[in-house]
Formats: sequence, C-alpha cells, structure tokens
Amino acid sequence: MSQAQTNKTRKTRSVFARLTSGIRRPAKIHDFHGGIHPPEMKHLSNGTPITAGPLPQQLILPLNMHIGAPAKPLVAPGDKVLKGQMIAEPIGAVSAAIHAPTSGTVSAIGPRPIQHPSGMDAVCIVIDTDGEDQWIEHQGTIDYTEKSPAELVDLIRHAGIAGMGGAGFPTSIKVNLGDHQRVEQLIINAVECEPYITADDRLMRERAEQIITGIHILQYLLNPRRTLIGIEDNKPEAISAIKRACKGCDIEVRVVPTKYPSGGEKQLIQLLTGKEVASGQLPAQVGVVCQNVGTAYAIKRAVCDGEPLISRVTTLTGDGVSQPGNYEVLLGTPVRDLLAHGNLAGLDIGRLVMGGPMMGFTLHNPGVPVVKTTNCIIAASPEELPEPPPEQPCIRCGSCAEVCPANLLPQQLYWHAKNDDLEKAQHHNLMDCIECGACAYVCPSHIPLVQYYRYAKAEVRQQAADQVKADKARQRFEARQARIEQEQAEKEARRQARLEANRKKKEAGPTAASTVDVAALKQASLDASKAYKAAVKAAKAAEAEGADNLAELKAEADRLKAVADKAKAAVRDAKDGAPVAAAPAEDTVAKLKKQVGDASSAYKAAVKVAKAAEAEGADNVAELKAEADQLKAAADALKAELREAKTNAPASAAPVTQADPVAELKKQVGDASSAYKAAVKTAKQADEDGADNAADLRAEADRLKAVADQLKADLRDAKANAPASPAPVAPTASTAAAAEQPDPVAALKKQVGDASLAYKAAVKAAKQADEDGAGNAADLHSEAGRLKAIADQLKVELRDAKAAAPPTPKAAPATTATTDSPAVPEEQAPQSLAEVDPEQAAKRQKRLKGLKTAYNMAHKQYKEAHAAYERAERNETASADELQAMQGKIDKLKAKADNARDALDALVEEAKADIRAHTGKDLKTLKLEAARAESALADKQQELEQQRSSASEDTLEALSSELQALESETQIARKALKQAVEEQGLAE
Amino acid sequence: MSLITSTSPHATVKNNTGAFMRQVIYATLPGLAVLTWQFGWGSVINVLWAVIVALVSEALFLKARGRNIAFYLKDYSAVVTAVLLGLALPPTAPWWLTLIGVSFAIIVAKQLYGGLGMNPFNPAMVGYVLLLISFPVAMTQWLAPGEPLSFVQSWQLFTGQLPVDGLSGATPLDTFRTVQSSATDTANALANQGILHGQFAGLGWEWVNLAFLLGGLYLISRKIITWHIPVGFLAGLGLPALLAWLIDPVRFADPLFQLFSGGAMLGAFFIATDPVSAATSRTGRLIYALLIGVLIWVIRSFGGYPDAVAFSVLLLNLSAPFIDYYTQPRTYGHKSSNRGVS
Repeated sequence: MSQAQTNKTRKTRSVFARLTSGIRRPAKIHDFHGGIHPPEMKHLSNGTPITAGPLPQQLILPLNMHIGAPAKPLVAPGDKVLKGQMIAEPIGAVSAAIHAPTSGTVSAIGPRPIQHPSGMDAVCIVIDTDGEDQWIEHQGTIDYTEKSPAELVDLIRHAGIAGMGGAGFPTSIKVNLGDHQRVEQLIINAVECEPYITADDRLMRERAEQIITGIHILQYLLNPRRTLIGIEDNKPEAISAIKRACKGCDIEVRVVPTKYPSGGEKQLIQLLTGKEVASGQLPAQVGVVCQNVGTAYAIKRAVCDGEPLISRVTTLTGDGVSQPGNYEVLLGTPVRDLLAHGNLAGLDIGRLVMGGPMMGFTLHNPGVPVVKTTNCIIAASPEELPEPPPEQPCIRCGSCAEVCPANLLPQQLYWHAKNDDLEKAQHHNLMDCIECGACAYVCPSHIPLVQYYRYAKAEVRQQAADQVKADKARQRFEARQARIEQEQAEKEARRQARLEANRKKKEAGPTAASTVDVAALKQASLDASKAYKAAVKAAKAAEAEGADNLAELKAEADRLKAVADKAKAAVRDAKDGAPVAAAPAEDTVAKLKKQVGDASSAYKAAVKVAKAAEAEGADNVAELKAEADQLKAAADALKAELREAKTNAPASAAPVTQADPVAELKKQVGDASSAYKAAVKTAKQADEDGADNAADLRAEADRLKAVADQLKADLRDAKANAPASPAPVAPTASTAAAAEQPDPVAALKKQVGDASLAYKAAVKAAKQADEDGAGNAADLHSEAGRLKAIADQLKVELRDAKAAAPPTPKAAPATTATTDSPAVPEEQAPQSLAEVDPEQAAKRQKRLKGLKTAYNMAHKQYKEAHAAYERAERNETASADELQAMQGKIDKLKAKADNARDALDALVEEAKADIRAHTGKDLKTLKLEAARAESALADKQQELEQQRSSASEDTLEALSSELQALESETQIARKALKQAVEEQGLAE
Repeated sequence: MSLITSTSPHATVKNNTGAFMRQVIYATLPGLAVLTWQFGWGSVINVLWAVIVALVSEALFLKARGRNIAFYLKDYSAVVTAVLLGLALPPTAPWWLTLIGVSFAIIVAKQLYGGLGMNPFNPAMVGYVLLLISFPVAMTQWLAPGEPLSFVQSWQLFTGQLPVDGLSGATPLDTFRTVQSSATDTANALANQGILHGQFAGLGWEWVNLAFLLGGLYLISRKIITWHIPVGFLAGLGLPALLAWLIDPVRFADPLFQLFSGGAMLGAFFIATDPVSAATSRTGRLIYALLIGVLIWVIRSFGGYPDAVAFSVLLLNLSAPFIDYYTQPRTYGHKSSNRGVS
C-alpha cells in the first residue's frame, strides 16, 4: 500500500520535475519541409588542420566583395601599402571597407575577372606583394565593453567585415538594428550543410575560444534574449569543441540533423525556433538575427586584435588537387595560386567551383581572386562532377516538390517559367524560391530548374522595374499635359483679359471726360493755331499792301495767338493733369512746360512786334528787339529748367513718367520748330526789307533750327528708348501711357501742318523774290526745298507715330500678364511690343523703306550742297557771306542725313525687338538656354558614367531616361537658337 | 584547361527518367506472371506485341517531328504505355486489336500532344477506351480463370486462327453485373455463381490483384510513386463499397470483392499513378485518386459497364489541372496556401 503510494508520489514528482525542468532541457529541434542528402564529401578535407595559404605575387581585390555599394579606393597605382592598411573605404550605408592583405605596391586599379557567375569583369585594386608581409600599426581592444555599441559598429564597418557564409551582406548593418528592434534569438550559423565544405568545421575545432569571444561581442551589440549555435550532427568534433568553449556562458549549442539545406538562413531559423520568416521580410522582423560562425570569428579579430578582414579560411578540395585541405587564404589570392598551393593533381579538372556544389558557381578563369565570401574551391575531375546529362521532358513526377525546403511546387514553376507565364509563376510563389538547388539535384529528367527560376525571377524583376518606369513616365506625361493645359488656359485668360481691356477702353473712350476733353481741346487748339496763322498771313499781306488796318490785323493776330496758346496750354493741362494728377513731379514738369510755352510765345510775339516795328521804321525797334532777346533768354532758361526737371522726374517719380518724355520732347520739338520757322520768316522779311539786322536774324534762325534739330534727335532717342526700357508698368500707368500715346501723333500732325505752311510760305517768298529780281532768290529757293524736306520728314515721322500708336494700348494687359512669370523678366518689355500682326510688319517694312529713302535723299542733298560749296569756293563766284550760308546749309543737311540715319537705326532696333518678342525670347536668352541645356546634358552623362559600375539597374535606367530627356531638350534649345539667329539675320 | 561552366547545382542524383520507367515495368512482372498462370500466354504475347507496336509508332512519330529517336526511346515511356495496355487487354485479344489500341495510344494520345510530359490523358487508357467502345465484344472475352491456355492456343488466338467463342467466359465482375441486374434475390443468385467466390474475392482475379498490389508496394518502396494515389484510389473505392455493403449486403458487393477484382490494383498502383496526367501536389493527388475510386465504385454498382478504371482515370485526368490549382501547398513564409488561378 505504502509502496504504491510512494510510487504514485514519485510519479507525480517526476511529472512535476519534468515540467519544471522542461525549461532547462534543450529545446525541440523543429523540421523543415523537404531537403536532400547528397554525398557529403567532407572527409576529403575535414581531417586537415588550417594552414596558411600562399603569398602570391599579386593580389586582386574587387571593390565589391560584399552586397551593396562598392568601396571607394583610397590608394592610387604606385602607392606603397602595408598589411592591414585600408585601401578602399565604405561608401553609403550598405558597404564595407577593403584592406591590403599584405604589404606591397598598388600596381593597378582596373577591371579584372571576378567571382561573378557570368564571368564579368569588375574594378579591382591590384597589389604587387613585396614578400615582407609587414603589418601596419594596429591595436586591439582589450575590453570591448569599454566601447559603445556605435563605436563597435563603426569599427566593424571599417574592418570590412561582411557575411562570410556566402551572401556577403555587410555585418555592420546586421548588428545595428536600432533600439526599437528587440532581438529574441541570435543564431550563429555553424551548420555548413553544403557537401565538401569544411572551413567552418575546422575553424570551430581549432579556434572555438575566439569564435565564442566574437559571439559575446555580437551579444553585446544585439542584446538578444537567447543565443543559439546551430551545428549539423556530422561535425561531432566541432560540436564538442564549441560546447567546451562555451561552458558556463549563456550560449546554447543546438545540434541539427544533417540535411541540405539546413544551413539556409530561413531553414535554420525554422529548425531552431520553429518560426517562419514571412515572405519578403527579414529575419529581424521575427526577432532573429543570423550570423555566420566565420563572421563571429572575424569580428573577434577586428575588435580584440585590431586586425581587419584580410584573410579567410577556405576549403580547397575535389579530385583535382592532391592536397585537399583548409587554408587561411589572403583575400585577393587568385584561385590559380591557391590551386598550385594545394598541388594541382594534373590536367583533369573538369569543373572549378567557387562555393559548394549545390549553390556555388563555376569559374571560367582560374585567375579569379578569393574574396570575403569564398568558403570553398572545388577542383573537380570530370568524373566527380560530370557534365550535366541532356535535359529530358518533365514528367511531373513530383520529386522536386518532395524536396523543396520552401514547400513550393517546382514542377509547376518550371512549366510556367518555361512558358513565360510569369503571372502564374508568381502565383505559385516563384519569388520565395531560395535557389538551393534541391529540386534540380533530384530531378530525374536533369532539368536545370534553378536556372529556369533565376530566369523567371529576373524577368519578374525586370517587369516590375519596367512597370515602375512606365508609371513614372506616365506621371511625367500627365504632369506635363496638365502644365501645358494650364499654360494654355493662362494664355487664353490673358488673351481674354486683353480683349476685355481693349473693349472697355473702346467703350470708355467716348464716355471718359478727360479723353474727350483732350481730343476736343486738341481740335480747338489746332483750329486756333490755324486761325492765328491765317491772321498772321492776312496781316502780312496787308503789310505788303500797306493797308491801314495793319495794326488792327496784327492785334487780331496776337489775340488769336494768345487764344491758340491758351488752347495749347489747355490741351497740355488736360493731357498731363487728367491721368497723372497724382504725380507731383509730373506737375512741375507740366507747369514748366506751360511756362516754356508761354515764354516762347511771348518771345515770338515780341519778335513779331519788333519786326513789325522795324518794318514800320519805328524808333523803338532796338528796344523791342532787346525785349525779344530778353524774352528769348527767359524762354531758354525755362527750357533748360524743364529739361532738367524732366531728366529728374523719371528717376524720382513713379514709373508712370516713362511715357512722358517722349510727348514732352515732341512738344518741345514742335515749339522749337515753330520758333525757328518764325525766326526764318522774320529773317526773310528783314531781308526783303533790306534791314541791317537780317544777318543777325538769320543766324538766330539757324541757332533755333539747331535747337529744334537737337530736340528732334532727342525725341527720336526717347522714342527708341521708351519701348525698350524695362517698364514694370502697373495697369493704371499703362492706361495713362496709352492715353498719352495718341498725342504725339496729333503734335506731329500739327508740325507737319506747320512745316507745310512754312514751306508754302517760303515758296511764295521765293517766287516773289524771283519776280522782284532779288539777289537772294536762289537762297530762298533752296530754303524752300529744305523746308519741303523737313515737311516730308515730318510726314514720315507722323506715319511712324501713327503706326506705332495702335499697338501701345494692347501692350498694357500683356505686360501685366507677363509679370506673373518671373523666369523671363527681360522679356517683358519686348513682349509689350509683341503680338505683331503681319499687317504691322508690312507697315514697318514700308516705314523702313521710307526712312531709307529719306536718308538717301538727305545724304544726296548734303553731298550736292557740299559739292556746290566747294565749287563756289574754288571758282570764287560767291561772296564770303554766301559761302557761309552755304556752309550752314551743308551742316544742316548733314544733320538731317544723320537724323534720318538715326531714325532708320531706331526702326531696325524696333524690328529686332519685335522679333524677340515674337519668338518669346531674345537671342541672348536663347544662347544661355542652349548652353545651360548642353552643360546639364554633359553633367548627366558624366553621372551616368560614374554610376554605371556601381548603381543598380533601376538607377541606371532612370538616369539614361533622364539623359534622353535632356538630350531632346538640348536639341530643342539649339533649334530655337538657330531659328532666332536666322530670323534676326533676315531682319538685319 | 577547359572548364565546364554551368549553373548550380553541380551535382545531381545518378538517376533518370528511363530508370524510373524501367522500375515501373519491373513492378508489373508479378502481375503478368499471375495472369499467365491463370489465363495462359495470351497476356505475355499481348505485352510483347504491344511493346513492338509502341516503339515503332513512337520512332515513326519522333522522326516525323524531327526529334532524336534514340534519346527519346530510351526514356521507356512508350514501353510503359505498351505494357500497361497489354496487361489490360484480354488474353484472347487478336493482333490487330493490340495494334490499333497501342498505336492510337502512342500516336494520338501522346505524340500528337507533344510527346512525353505533354499528354493530358493517360495514353494507355485512351487506347483502352477506344478499343472498348469500338470492339466491345473482343474486349470482354476473358477466359475462365484457372484454366490457362497453352502457348500454341494463345498464339492461334493472337493470330486469329482459333475462334475465341468456345473458350471465353464471364469475369466475376461480368457475372456480378448480370445477376445484379436480372435477379431479384441477388444473394441467392450469387450463391449459385461459383466464379464470384475465390478465397476472399472473385475466383482467380484475387491473385492477379494481389500480384499487382505487390508490384505497387515495390514502387512505393523505391520511391517511384508516393502512397497518395494508391491509398486515395483504394479508399475511394473501398469506403463507399463498405458503407453500401453494410447497409445492403444483398444488393452491393463486399469491399474486398471490389478491391480485388478487375483492374482495381493495376489501376491504383500503375494507371492512376501516371504522373504526367495526374494531379501533382500531394493533397491534389489524394483528392484525384479518391475521386477515381469513388467513380469506379459508382460505375461498377450503378453503371452499364462491369469495370470502370479507364473511364474514371480519364475523367479525373480532365480535372487534374483544376485540382492542382486548388491544392497548392502552403509555401514557407506564407500564412495560407494560394488558391485558384492567378
């Protein structure tokens, strides 16, 4: 009874004990689907201890021994390097440094065949070794816990450590997960499941202590809850060595059954933890970090001994070598040297494999160097690894599905891959294939299945990349389309606004009081002038007839003159006052102008009175003349003041004044012309009367003429400048300018009228002189001709002004609209002249022709006059006075010719400006644009070249598409430039 | 040195499709032996003649298709088709029957679809069904079990010199069909029909089926086939039979009788397991085979034909791709398996 009770108690306790001790018992080893058991072939090399590899004459170090960006060389050919010296630094986040594995001289940096499955060349640093194997000064850390994890991560990065298991992922990334990432399990992969390879096996047997130290550093960095070492059960010596080394610490050794591919990261995680890493995710996302046992060893060497990764243990095996074994090989050692070191058995190497027989790749060239990931070199005889038998049809036997560790249906994947049915292949989880090769290993039809999957995967990636590219292109296109539409809409809105503004202006025209006033006043002023002139004529006629009512008539004329002046003043007031009443500067100018006008008329009146008095032989002639002179001086002073005010005004006052100078100048010109004409008339009269001061008067007239010419020239300049000067005109200002624009035309008309009158009067005087047989008849005739020319020129100018006037109102809205686009501010002014319709171009053509003719005529006249003068001088037919007169005439003609020339030039400039506005950009901008586009193109090309070796395919694709876009842009810019040059050439 | 450049893996099993097929042929030998023991040399003659016809047909069409004749003949797939069809034909079959069936199987059901691996239907069963529909009399003239003919007699039957009428008799399935449809008291009728009762199933046929079961187990042991299809097949046939027999033992045959008569074992281990035309995933194969078994039981119990392996297999061949789409395994790293067509 008691016995039974005891038994029962024991049983209960044992169950309890089992439950509690279950925590301490080694956890269950899980299983993964599939897997194969190929011949292990490890016996070839697992009995040989690790020995030093060869010290070859040349080491070839690819800049990309790891996954990620290639390292950037720090040395140049010819540099001496010491063992352990960093010769290339990591660039970007995912990268690792490269160090000189021994001392020597850098002999080249250039493309060499590397460990690439397709036998690619890549940039390598080539070191000619000097045999001294001289270390650079280096120092390890005795207690790594003194350093912060960040420091250690940086140390690992600059020690060039990358995953030694085969992938070569930079270790610094994997040990730097950030605080948010909790590491449940740190798994040390010591499975080494591939046949033949024994490098890790020997490393564990011989350097277990150092490996454990490396694992401790990893624990320090990652702070995992548990640390597991997975080792396959076919390595009992390694297992016991590691177990001995980690006795007493928290590292658990887990023995997994021998099965390929239990060393695959995902498979090992499943074996040790039962967790699956979700498709497309990283182990870290299930709280697991895997590190290869060789990596742990390299970390220990880097941290504790200060030795960067410059060598690794590589298994050299296969039938082809007579001394298979494990060698500590310097990175960069050509496989050829390693084979020689392992005593190449003969010529019967059929296949040279870097890596294991399941996932390694064949080398086409034994000159390829050993790199950080090279764990094995198999030099196999043709019997050992024979050429694959020809591919037979798939009979869907399903052997592949039985062994697939990812639990895929390889036979289905094969069908879909072969038929390029990528959609179905992806549906069958093609992208989860780890390319372990188990399926192809068991396939009775010897189908190179992995190759099909690699192909299909590449196609899928390519399609995805193409899709991304197409999406980007579509987005770009849509953005461009939207932009163009927006521009069109804006343009349309501008056009509408312009039309609206025009329409409003037209509507406003008749109703707006100021405009009406100005027009009406102008008309009144013109009428008054006419009446006054008629009165003057009548007075003159009366004088000539000796009529009694002369005084009366003259008074009447004076009265009319005053009326005319008043009218003119009113016009001026209306013009200046109405739109720009706000501008005080403008007011002074306007006032001054009025004063000038008044002074001039006063002076003129005085001159007239003096003349009349002279004609009557009055006593007070001298007095009157003095008064006239005084008035003249006053007028001149005022004029000078006005000019000053005007020059100051535009600078100080609002931009509104921009358009004014032209109008003012025109007015001045008109005044000066009339003054001159009056003077001429007086002089003529004096001549006729045989007065003494005739010569004086004539000189005075000449001086006035010169003043008038000068003013005219000024006016032309002003006109030429006005449109071209940058006018950030506010709409109101523009309308003001527009309102003023018609004025010059009216003024010109007046001038033309005056000039015609003057000419007619001169003709009449000349005829009279002819009739009277006066001596100066010839002079008078030529004077008449001159006046005619002036009148003609004025007419031409009038036409110009008329032609120029219409486009100006249009300019205002256009200008306001273009101020929105700050990119081309220099375009604003020309654009205000833009939108030239063909009609206007034709008009300008006509004007150009007219000006040319005028210039030619003037030039001819001048030449003729000059010739006449010379002739007269030579023959001494003319008196000194006559010669002087002729000289004056020549000067005048010359001035006229010059003026005509100036006008012509101005017009040509204007035409150019139009073309500029027409093409939207001026030549300089176009040139700049073309140059900019070309330099951008060159830059992009350079970037592409630089990236070509390093960047991913996607980046390259993107770059080349950008390059194409730039190319087309450049072409467009070039074309535009060429076109503009051609157009301008035509214009010139 | 000239180096082989190839993609991984660099090692493969020392195995090939031809070896697979040869294993299948070896596994049929017990069955062929029992057939000869029970019915005489007719089956052996059939099989040999079928192999010759198959090889010639295959060679002709490989030549017509511009393929390497020797390479493709060495995969033994045509021989397997010929052997299976030869075993399925009655031992009394004349030469022309085999010729028509085998050449149709190879040329139409296999080569016209693109050769090995491309045929959606089991070629042997296509040939069998063609003959069964076209020549129903010749296809149902089995001999009485346990009275094997001499080689000379068999040869004379094969060449057509000996009329088959006097020799042929009903198979147990024929008998069952007859009594089931005519007699009201099936149990009584059955008791009178000695042919239905061997040691544990139909007389003679129980040994034939046992022999094929033996060969099938050999195939499983050699990992030429997996257990899924035979087990599914036999369960699909046996379970409804058991259920029905428990409910109404008078009307329905007992499950052992169902499993060991006619072509049950041959179908379960050799016909339905043809990987090319079967479903391919493990679950898919189970479902596929289960449905074949059920269909056989349904046709045997309620249909117009005494046996139904060929029809059932062909019908499920049709459904195999569909089954495959819905029985994909759950891939590592995925929460659930994919269903349907992408």
